Amino acid sequence: MKNQSNKLFEGALVQTALKQSFIKLDPRIMVRNPVMFTVEIGTLIMAYVTFYSISHSGQGSVAYNFVIFLILLLTVLFANFAEAIAEARGKAQADSLRKTREETPAKVVLPNGNLEMRSSSQLKKGDVFICETGDTIATDGEIIEGIATIDESAITGESAPVIREAGGDKSSVTGGTKVLSDQIKVQVTTQPGESFLDKMIALVEGASRQKTPNEIALTILLASFTLIFIIVCVTLKPFADYANTPITIAALISLFVCLIPTTIGGLLSAIGIAGMDRALRANVITKSGKAVETAGDIDVLLLDKTGTITIGNRKATQFWPAAHVSPEQLLKACVLSSLADETPEGKSIIELAKSHDAKTSVTTPEGAEFIKFTAETRSSGINTPDGLRIRKGAYDSIRNIAQKAGNPFPAEVQERVEAVSSNGGTPLVVAQNEVVLGVIELQDIIKPGISERFERLRKMGVKTVMVTGDNPLTAKYIAEKAGVDDFIAEAKPEDKMNYIKQEQALGKLVAMMGDGTNDAPALAQADVGVAMNSGTQAAKEAGNMVDLDNDPTKLIEIVEIGKQLLITRGTLTTFSIANDVAKYFAIVPALFIASIPALQGLNIMGLHSPESAILSAVIFNAIIIPMLIPLALKGVAYKPIGASALLRRNLFIYGIGGVVAPFIGIKLIDLVVGLFA
Amino acid sequence: MNTELLGIVATYVLTLIIAIPLGKYLAKVFAGEKTWTDFLKPIENGIYKLAGINPNQQMNWKQHMLALLTINSVWLVYGFFVLLYQDKLPLNPDANPGMTPDLSFNTIISFVVNCNLQHYSGETGVSYLTQQFVLMFLHFTSAATGIAAAVVFFKAFRDKTTTNLGNYWEFFVKAITRLLLPLSVVVALVLTFNGTPSSYAGKDQFISMQGDTVNVSRGPAAQMIAIKHLGTNGGGWFGANSAHPLENPNYITNMTEAISQMIIPMAMILAFGYFIRKRKLANTIFAVMTIGMFMLLIPTISSELGGNPLIAKMGISQTTGAMEGKEVRFGPMATAYWSTITTIVSTGSVNGMHDSTMPLTGLWQLLAMMINSFFGGCGVGLLNYFVYLIVAVFISGLMVGRTPEFLGHKVEAREVKIAAIITLLSPFLVMAGTAVASFVFMHYGNADWAVKPGNWLNNPGFHGFSEMLYEMTSSNANNGSGFEGLGDNNIFWNVSTGFVLILGRFLPIIGPVAIAGLLAQKKYIPESAGTLKTDTKTFALMTFAVILVLNALSYFPALALGPIAEYFTMIK
Repeated sequence: MKNQSNKLFEGALVQTALKQSFIKLDPRIMVRNPVMFTVEIGTLIMAYVTFYSISHSGQGSVAYNFVIFLILLLTVLFANFAEAIAEARGKAQADSLRKTREETPAKVVLPNGNLEMRSSSQLKKGDVFICETGDTIATDGEIIEGIATIDESAITGESAPVIREAGGDKSSVTGGTKVLSDQIKVQVTTQPGESFLDKMIALVEGASRQKTPNEIALTILLASFTLIFIIVCVTLKPFADYANTPITIAALISLFVCLIPTTIGGLLSAIGIAGMDRALRANVITKSGKAVETAGDIDVLLLDKTGTITIGNRKATQFWPAAHVSPEQLLKACVLSSLADETPEGKSIIELAKSHDAKTSVTTPEGAEFIKFTAETRSSGINTPDGLRIRKGAYDSIRNIAQKAGNPFPAEVQERVEAVSSNGGTPLVVAQNEVVLGVIELQDIIKPGISERFERLRKMGVKTVMVTGDNPLTAKYIAEKAGVDDFIAEAKPEDKMNYIKQEQALGKLVAMMGDGTNDAPALAQADVGVAMNSGTQAAKEAGNMVDLDNDPTKLIEIVEIGKQLLITRGTLTTFSIANDVAKYFAIVPALFIASIPALQGLNIMGLHSPESAILSAVIFNAIIIPMLIPLALKGVAYKPIGASALLRRNLFIYGIGGVVAPFIGIKLIDLVVGLFA
Repeated sequence: MNTELLGIVATYVLTLIIAIPLGKYLAKVFAGEKTWTDFLKPIENGIYKLAGINPNQQMNWKQHMLALLTINSVWLVYGFFVLLYQDKLPLNPDANPGMTPDLSFNTIISFVVNCNLQHYSGETGVSYLTQQFVLMFLHFTSAATGIAAAVVFFKAFRDKTTTNLGNYWEFFVKAITRLLLPLSVVVALVLTFNGTPSSYAGKDQFISMQGDTVNVSRGPAAQMIAIKHLGTNGGGWFGANSAHPLENPNYITNMTEAISQMIIPMAMILAFGYFIRKRKLANTIFAVMTIGMFMLLIPTISSELGGNPLIAKMGISQTTGAMEGKEVRFGPMATAYWSTITTIVSTGSVNGMHDSTMPLTGLWQLLAMMINSFFGGCGVGLLNYFVYLIVAVFISGLMVGRTPEFLGHKVEAREVKIAAIITLLSPFLVMAGTAVASFVFMHYGNADWAVKPGNWLNNPGFHGFSEMLYEMTSSNANNGSGFEGLGDNNIFWNVSTGFVLILGRFLPIIGPVAIAGLLAQKKYIPESAGTLKTDTKTFALMTFAVILVLNALSYFPALALGPIAEYFTMIK
């Protein structure tokens, strides 16, 4: 996945796409795109007219008709090529993912307990296989036994190995990843050809690609424009008869093809495919094109605090000794109690202590007994041979210990505990021999740059909501500091669900990211649910996207991809329609100039001759399609500058640009065509 | 010329001064809030009781449309037969004959749909009975139909999510009792005191200075002329419409009639803003329409005041502008102003002959009717505008990267489909109609009809083409004015425009009301920073561009062969 190609047109892909462009000429395929289908019919008529003009007069020269025929054929081929290259790119992307898992041998455990080697393509849902150190996991599945470190770099590009184990939320493994140590038993969770990746490939290839509601609406609008131009062109015949102007079929068909929105019609499906392809490039597998589009409409974004807004774990940031306790005494007690504490918090305490006093001893005293953290005591610590009993833990648990021994809980420590909490920190109270020594302040570290991203989201009109298990005070502090709009504190899985439902009842679209099985209902309820690839199978089934990178901030990118998809469609539609103004000024005078010389006044481009005017217009109409393919594939840049400003900007570039560009383009082509005439 | 300019400026300003409070008043009336006209309630209650209507019964958009279509079909049948047999019915002092079936078909449709194409002449074609109890009656009901439909549309956007869009009959009755009837009384009195006849006596006679005996038709005309303008109907008492000295005797009546045809279309837009409590949106729409109006008005005035270049070539000075077809008592500027407003608001009355205006004026008149939503007819103008607005919402919604929405409701495939069909309908009716007419003219010139196709154009060539195009455009827009050089009282024009009229009326009412009804049923989405606001200048520009581009693209070839070709030929 890391060797992603950013080149738009790779040789091999172009070759496939070229071949596909011709295969797609099949009218049964073309009919799915009404605009281009009518062009194809026009092309066929021109083929007939070309033959007809060999033996008959009155329809213009054979050469002229043939040239028009060729250009129309090219127009259709260009449109097909746009779709084909988008498909080819998406497919290549998906293939490179798929390659990693094809024909990987697996040690399947037979019902009788024997092992049998089978290739991954023969694995069925429910099969169980064993993976040992050095094995590549054959297909997607769930660990039912064991624990292992796994290298997922083939999928995610992240080189640090991850731990996966049976039970819990980290039991899912992906085909193509490698076991680095230990042995696991994996149950296959998907039928061959039905994994997410397979689904995605099918979507990109177009076989199962369904038009999204929005795309359908646009197709209807484009079809109605096409119908208007059919009316315009059909009625032009009797009008011209009235004006005693013979109009050749070539001219009439050229006018028609120029007027109908071929530019957007030809690029529409390419834009849709490219949208999914961009999602795939961001290492997100979508289950439908609709999900990507919906992402662009998201109003509310639910984000987990840990890992998304803050860097994984809390860190000790300050020691607060009680009155009459020296900082050194507290520091020493803190270090002693944390020596055996393998949690990130514990490690951070040692780090902080070292930063205070580089000579802090971190050697464990001989014969010391470590007290592990339990859910009941909610404290941990150490008993040293020289009779020190040091405990650190939650405020109320240490207070209990102190008070039981008849020692008071100092008021200044109490105040400190409250101050730390209201600052968004977590206080750990430290006691030695049941006497309170002071407080360790743990703080969440907010990811650098995250508040800028939230600001960007706010400008897009997306409300961000932080979900955390912290108490409301801490949650509020972090929410403010990180710049999220709202938070859910002390969140239980059902809280997420309720929040989503509540927002949806207000008509809003909600997106969330999750990995655990208990996230599954909320993932299913959300309009866009992104499951992490490391998450459980249930979570992946419930969501409508899977993020291979397990990156919680990915949602932000997905929203932008969705918006970009719609914008590209909208702007190219505008461009396509705006183009027609110039084409009218090229073709209409050309049609009538012979019998109504006064209409020369409409020939504001000063085109060379009626024939060259028509040719130039059709040529412009054809070549604008390939010229816009890169834009269709990459998408129009999205800038979160507010809806009205964005409309103004795009209306200016693609509306006014769409009116002006063809005037220049047609004139230039006419100058070139004029050289040959 | 300065007095002429002052005249139209005064007319416009007075129109605004009346329309603004009227808009506020209408919003209150239809919202059922307290107004000073509540003393009319007993009369309305009497009507409800008499008709067995429960005005509190809520209707959804389908029920509304069913009610609208039902009552309109009743009038269609009633009027058809009365016109057919008017010679056998009373109140016919001039002994005018009954209509032919095709003329009756055309006339009744034309009046039911608020168009008033008038393929007959008021003096000889209808009796006092039919003028009063068919045509004038329909002036009221067709205007009220449009207004009631617009109120249904208002209702759809007043609440967040609803299917209850009020009661059609209530809106309809109130449109007459609270608006059309009182205003008509005022306008009719102004006209009567300025010389418009208002009696039931038959033709009068005088002997001219040459010694010829001249018969002068008259009748109870003032009341009809009042409502023909207020209701944007346009069908006059006399054949020459408001160019006739009895229908429009002096400049005061001219101003009165010009003002009365604009006030309701303008007031309805403002009423929309008050009614849905989004005045900025209504003001934006109003601004777009005003700009559109002036973009048509200014070139019209300039081309009329410039005079005819062909006459100029003969060395004749035209200090007063192009006077062919104008009334000396109004002058070309007042006629230019009138020709613009009568085509944008679908009145279709005239105070000068459109056939004689300059080619480019003809172009602006045609374009005004093709667009048909710069204020537009009573109530229906806003509905027509709404279709353009939906297309604009859809395209610009995409351009800002969001599923398009209007006033908190998502615009999806179904709404776009309806808007697309309605957008398609106008070019289809106008272009196909004109194409068939051209075809018949070219190939069946000798068909044995009342007016032979070969003879139905007073002017062949481009102008003749414009005449046919104008007739179809006017029918589709339910405007009713004509390039009167067309011999249109034959079976072809009566039947073909009859169909264009009825389709061009009811589908563009049903379509937008359906879209509004469908949107109103949908979940309401609160506005966010990503929502595209529809009351901004940018969006107004977008809508304006959609209106211009759609119409230019649909009609450019036809216009090129008509007025544009005529213009370029003339200036050569």
